[in-house]
Amino acid sequence: MKWEIKTEDIHTSFRDEVEELSGESFGACYQCGKCSAGCPIAFAMDHGPTKIMRFCQLGMEDEVINSDTPWLCASCQACTTRCPREIDIAEVMDALRIIAKRRGIKPRTDPDIALFAEIFLSNLRWFGRIYELGLVGEFNLLSGRFFKDFGKAPAMFLKRKLALLPSNPFKWGKVREIFKKCEKMKEGEGRE
Amino acid sequence: MKYSYYPGCSMHSTAAEFESSFRFVAGVLGMELTEVEDWFCCGATPAHITDPLLGLALPTQNLLQARPTGLDVATTCAACYNRLKTANRVALEKPKKREALAQILGEEYKGEIPVRHILDIFVNDVGVDNIQRNVLFPLNGLRVASYYGCLLTRPPEVADFDDVENPVTMDKIVEALGGVALEWPFKTECCGASFSLSRSDIVGRLAGEIMRYAKQAGAECIAVACPLCQSNLDLRQKEASEYEGVEFNMPILYITQLMAVAYGGGGKDVGLGKAIVNAESVVHRVFGHRGSERVER
Ligand code: SF4
Ligand code: SF4
Repeated sequence: MKWEIKTEDIHTSFRDEVEELSGESFGACYQCGKCSAGCPIAFAMDHGPTKIMRFCQLGMEDEVINSDTPWLCASCQACTTRCPREIDIAEVMDALRIIAKRRGIKPRTDPDIALFAEIFLSNLRWFGRIYELGLVGEFNLLSGRFFKDFGKAPAMFLKRKLALLPSNPFKWGKVREIFKKCEKMKEGEGRE
Repeated sequence: MKYSYYPGCSMHSTAAEFESSFRFVAGVLGMELTEVEDWFCCGATPAHITDPLLGLALPTQNLLQARPTGLDVATTCAACYNRLKTANRVALEKPKKREALAQILGEEYKGEIPVRHILDIFVNDVGVDNIQRNVLFPLNGLRVASYYGCLLTRPPEVADFDDVENPVTMDKIVEALGGVALEWPFKTECCGASFSLSRSDIVGRLAGEIMRYAKQAGAECIAVACPLCQSNLDLRQKEASEYEGVEFNMPILYITQLMAVAYGGGGKDVGLGKAIVNAESVVHRVFGHRGSERVER
């Protein structure tokens, strides 16, 4: 495909941000295409991983940030395993997702993907272990068009699930502490 | 053989039959398991795609809780295995992150506890000979496609007990049980596990391709060693069949279920009834009129 690149589309600061967060450097990529060739989800992506790597190399922020590719990445590690330049592409995808989140961007084709991670983590935070059947119910309920207010979810989990919990719901204090401390650290980074 | 055991969340819910068959098999093979005290979820994919530090802190704390026993940590779930092993690798190789984690957890972890997947333990600690010696009902030439999925072998720096593109541990177990391990090309293809709920269309397509190749190779069932692989291939078989335009009816069994069958486990241990796709055909093949003769000792 032909691609017109304008100088104003290029933001080296964006490239630096992704490199910093992922710990990978894009200069190493020689665009062999192996990552896209083996990517099981490539068929559903707007840009394959190889193209995303090129966009990152050039610092084409808008293309990358508005792509659904990082959200669709299944973290299967095929690309990372096979890259002849030993780039951890899956890690780059993680970093891109986090940066998109920082900018408040949600997956375009599928907000449900982000929703699933959120529900999973709030379950984990409050219950220590994931009760999958509950998770499925929660997800189906919340991703349904009729239920938009996600903010209510944690309280809802708590109410409904506590009754099902065994004796000691406060056993998971350590888990909540970990969540809190990680959040604090993230805020600290943001201020720097 | 003593191990500290980290079951992971699925083992207590959707993969109850993996848990019961594994415990039965562990008993037969003389493995002693002590559950990690107050273990909690490793965070799986959602944690590390949301916040890398959280994705490391959760498994690391679990390993800290396993440390007092001084035993290797055994895991059954491929995703837990990947997260715990990644935590080890970071502790060993990334001092900066190790420090940040120590700050969060209030204790330093240096990556000193070996994390092992049960396939690794079966083949390398128990040994294929021992696996074979305990067989009461050989699988009678049952043709099994072993499906490893992504995280049992990838990335190889983390999952290091088998070949990354052509793993064979499960195949060795199948052969030891008297089954036929099939050569097929989709052993390590991804099943799209994390999209099971959010994008069942993607999962249907990936699962469909996996099952097409298994069927072409002549598989009578697919053996897995990960709760996500099992639930995806089993639960989404309808979508997969629709995508491929064929009715697969492919039983998806945990390798430990096949072992439990061969070791004479009861219905409760084996838990064949838990899956959506009926596995009766497998039972008939093993115990059918051509007969699996009980091995005499
Ligand atoms: S496999 Fe590696 S070198 Fe090849 S295109 Fe992908 S990232 Fe670049
Ligand atoms: S890790 Fe993501 S980008 Fe890489 S091959 Fe798997 S799905 Fe594709």
